[in-house]
Amino acid sequence: MSTTVMTADTVPARRRRRPSMKRERRWALWGSYIALFIAAIGFLIPPYFQLITSLKTSQEIGSGKDPWFARHPYFGNFVGIIENRQFQRFFFNSVEMTLIVVAVTLVIAVLAAYALSRMRFFGSQTFATGVFLTYLVPESLLFIPLFKVLSFLHLINTVWALALVWPTLSVPFCTWIMIGYFSSIPKELDEAAMIDGASHLQMLWKIFIPVAMPGIIAATIFAFTACWGDFLYPLAFEFTSNRMVLTAGIVSTLIHGDVLDWGHIMAANVLASAPPVIIYAFLMDYYVAGLTAGATKG
Amino acid sequence: MCLPLFFLIAGLIVYPFFYSIYLSMLNRDMTRFIGLFNYNYLLRSDTFHLVIFQSCLFAITSVFLKAGIGFIMAHVMHNITTKDQRIWRGLLLLPWVIPPALSTLGFWWMVSGNYSAINWILTQLGLHPIAWLANTWSARLWVILVNVWFGTPFFMIMYLATLKSVPEQLYEAAAIDGATWVQRIRYVSLPMMRNIISISVLFSLIVTFANFDIVQIMTAGAPANTTHVFATYAFQVGIGSGNIPMGAAVSLFIFPILAIFAVFILRGVGRRTREAV
Repeated sequence: MSTTVMTADTVPARRRRRPSMKRERRWALWGSYIALFIAAIGFLIPPYFQLITSLKTSQEIGSGKDPWFARHPYFGNFVGIIENRQFQRFFFNSVEMTLIVVAVTLVIAVLAAYALSRMRFFGSQTFATGVFLTYLVPESLLFIPLFKVLSFLHLINTVWALALVWPTLSVPFCTWIMIGYFSSIPKELDEAAMIDGASHLQMLWKIFIPVAMPGIIAATIFAFTACWGDFLYPLAFEFTSNRMVLTAGIVSTLIHGDVLDWGHIMAANVLASAPPVIIYAFLMDYYVAGLTAGATKG
Repeated sequence: MCLPLFFLIAGLIVYPFFYSIYLSMLNRDMTRFIGLFNYNYLLRSDTFHLVIFQSCLFAITSVFLKAGIGFIMAHVMHNITTKDQRIWRGLLLLPWVIPPALSTLGFWWMVSGNYSAINWILTQLGLHPIAWLANTWSARLWVILVNVWFGTPFFMIMYLATLKSVPEQLYEAAAIDGATWVQRIRYVSLPMMRNIISISVLFSLIVTFANFDIVQIMTAGAPANTTHVFATYAFQVGIGSGNIPMGAAVSLFIFPILAIFAVFILRGVGRRTREAV
């Protein structure tokens, strides 16, 4: 990829005898499109491959013929997986848990961000930094002690385990970006509200939340994708298949199950990836805003 | 109003962290305090040497490639018109949007076994199929490739956003002075983006050192533990074999890396906010 960029763009450098900004621009433009095209192929092959596999019958997949094209698209895998009891269970669990956690996250993050950005109290600065630090603590450092904590609370292998631990993935970052958004709201707005006799909760509800709506949407999207895509916690804390969520369920249960073939698994994969992709397709700008608001995990 | 957040952080992040240090100093049945025995044992075991080596190789190579490719692609994106940028950005950010566990599963099916889709291409080209995930180095290569595939779009978006904030006049002035493409990147882009590059690279190093999904699904440490990273090994030892104290000790090896990089990130973030003010 990099070589294409280099050759395409160093061409004008070699023709320096007659420098022309126009020609240089044109070369840079064409080189850029070629490089982007190659990158797009590289980036889109894996999702494309999953989609193609999901459109094949198991005989086609097993025959070893041309895995890269589906000449006769077959939708039976999707029908089969949608009717699959386990898959329905996983999907329902994912939706339920993610929605609960997103709601909890937003309440905690918005309240805390409001206090941290507007009320100066003892240690508020340190606490804000601490929130950012906790965001840096990876889940793979915490899953073993959390396993002990959850077994102590008798929550291992219950749906509430995820409801309790998933906020640790979403809340610190959401609070952090909400602090940023709230701090950018001019002080005059809350002074005016305060003169009109508004309480803190009224100010938050009538001024801060409406004004910082883009930030709230970005935080919602972040919390949703973080929980929906999480794999380690469900894998570590849930054992029985009716408590699994999509990621861990597809990887651990469907594969080790006896009847399912790869057409089905890839159909399940496509359906499980669909909600974040659809949200992203409609709210791309908020998504990108959330990404660049602070360094996200990468 | 901060109380819910405070309890969440104290109860589910800070307390587990210190609890994990305590756990790592217990014996296997968690009945007796044995000090640093677990760490000593790990540092002497050959398997754990492999884990340390592979974690470093995996994290450093992937982050280097992610940042490098992301940097180049951000510049490439910056060249084209704003209207087209939206479309291309939409396409190229897709790997980042799909849950990594699911796309890794797709990768696994694409490369595993003799009749995989990648091997089909090799056979069509007249080459011999390769058992990618059964050989140490090709398995390591694929684990890194999947991580690069997943993480590059993030760097691209970050760097593109930063590039947009670099004043266009600087590039024009450089172009008038006859600066080549390479010189413009070296003397204009890099200094302007230095802070964000260091923050994103440090950040990504932490996350990649702690990566679990990709390695667990691609290889689960196979062949012969040569692709294990800290997180997957901790999972295997702690949850898989039920030796929780040893697992806690393994995962705590992530902490020194985390601590060092966190200090630098905080400094970078602080500098960035001061510049913004």
